[in-house]
Amino acid sequence: MEIQITLNGKIIKDHVEPDCLLIDWVRKHGCYSVKRGCETSNCGLCTVFMDGKPVLSCSMLAARANGHNVQTLEGLQEEAKDFVAFIADQGADQCGFCNPGFVMNTISLLRENPNPTDDEIRAYLAGNLCRCSGYEGQLRGIRNYLNHKNK
Amino acid sequence: MADKNVNNAIDLSDLGLDTITETETEFSIGAMVTLRQLELHEGLNTYTQNAIRQAVCDIVGVQFRNMATVGGSIFGRFGFSDVLTMFLTLDCDVELFQGGIVSLEQFSQMKPDNDILVRIIVKKTPGQFVYDSMRNTRTDFPVIACGVSCVNEEYRFSIGARPGKALLLRDEEHILKDGLTENNIRNMSKWVAAHTPTDSNLRGSAKYRTHLIDVFVQRNLIQLRGE
Ligand SMILES: Cc1cc2nc3c(=O)[nH]c(=O)nc-3n(C[C@H](O)[C@H](O)[C@H](O)COP(=O)(O)OP(=O)(O)OC[C@H]3O[C@@H](n4cnc5c(N)ncnc54)[C@H](O)[C@@H]3O)c2cc1C
Repeated sequence: MEIQITLNGKIIKDHVEPDCLLIDWVRKHGCYSVKRGCETSNCGLCTVFMDGKPVLSCSMLAARANGHNVQTLEGLQEEAKDFVAFIADQGADQCGFCNPGFVMNTISLLRENPNPTDDEIRAYLAGNLCRCSGYEGQLRGIRNYLNHKNK
Repeated sequence: MADKNVNNAIDLSDLGLDTITETETEFSIGAMVTLRQLELHEGLNTYTQNAIRQAVCDIVGVQFRNMATVGGSIFGRFGFSDVLTMFLTLDCDVELFQGGIVSLEQFSQMKPDNDILVRIIVKKTPGQFVYDSMRNTRTDFPVIACGVSCVNEEYRFSIGARPGKALLLRDEEHILKDGLTENNIRNMSKWVAAHTPTDSNLRGSAKYRTHLIDVFVQRNLIQLRGE
């Protein structure tokens, strides 16, 4: 089938099989930040934005994104730059595999709620699993970033 | 996504079924409305005193709730469903493309077929609603899900993740007719626990679930009383 998706600001027309997953489609178009993790909708590694909202690209057909705006971390470097250093300072990314999904969902959290409490951060990022860190480093990193921003 | 051969798929995404419309008397919730839309909808959450938000807020994560639809959740009639458990506490109908409008309670007992769920209609019948669930970890399936409501002065107890699909019970023996006293609440929760079939799976045993039902019905009734 024929689809047209705006990927990181660029209109792409493509022919896809009806069962093509969005994760495979964005990776085919060079967005390797999007990682295949659990493939059961649990881990958040494959997070992309569709029309500005975070979704799991491993569980969405490319066809459902037809006519929509899709963004990956490749297209959001500037927005991410603000806070990723604070997370790195905590050594929170360790192996780094979960990082792009985690950064994407943090961008979404901060757009929706620029000054979240610790509990709101935990609740919003509950769908991003990390096998290395135990999450405390990420929480400290975001908290330090918010404290710095609000100074 | 599972590996499964699908011969005939129908795409409902672009049919305008992704909105919640509120009138004086009801909410009309399109089948493609996401769980996140339910979570954030002011009108629905004001009407249900945040019970809907409470029912969906631990389903996987924000990204998942931005995709999973209320239509898929209700049509699936999954045993673990927080969504079905919650909606059964409401005065609620579903509109089926072929089958027309039927009550959700009736629909929940119908056998799966090839009909299409078009929308869910929640009537604004005056009521109070409380929802809670027990989970081994935050984003896991519930071990037990429990919605309690008092709609038009009728108490409803919806128990899901038994692990069978949600079951709706009413106060058939008028245990609560003299109000929500400590004693009545205790007798009611024991009655609901005794009348709800449970089973065991890897998340919990039947006996544990029965015990949880007793605890959660009590807690939810106490909350419903306004404490
Ligand atoms: C990892 C994981 C964890 C989950 N945890 C929970 C949980 O804790 N609590 C909970 O309540 N739910 C949970 N769910 C279920 C989830 O909330 C949704 O109910 C489920 O994903 C179905 O919604 P969907 O929109 O993805 O439907 P789909 O998967 O698209 O559809 C489900 C079925 O219904 C059919 N269908 C879809 N829409 C319609 C319609 N309008 N009319 C007729 N048929 C239709 C489809 O053909 C399919 O057979 C979980 C799911 C996953 C994958």
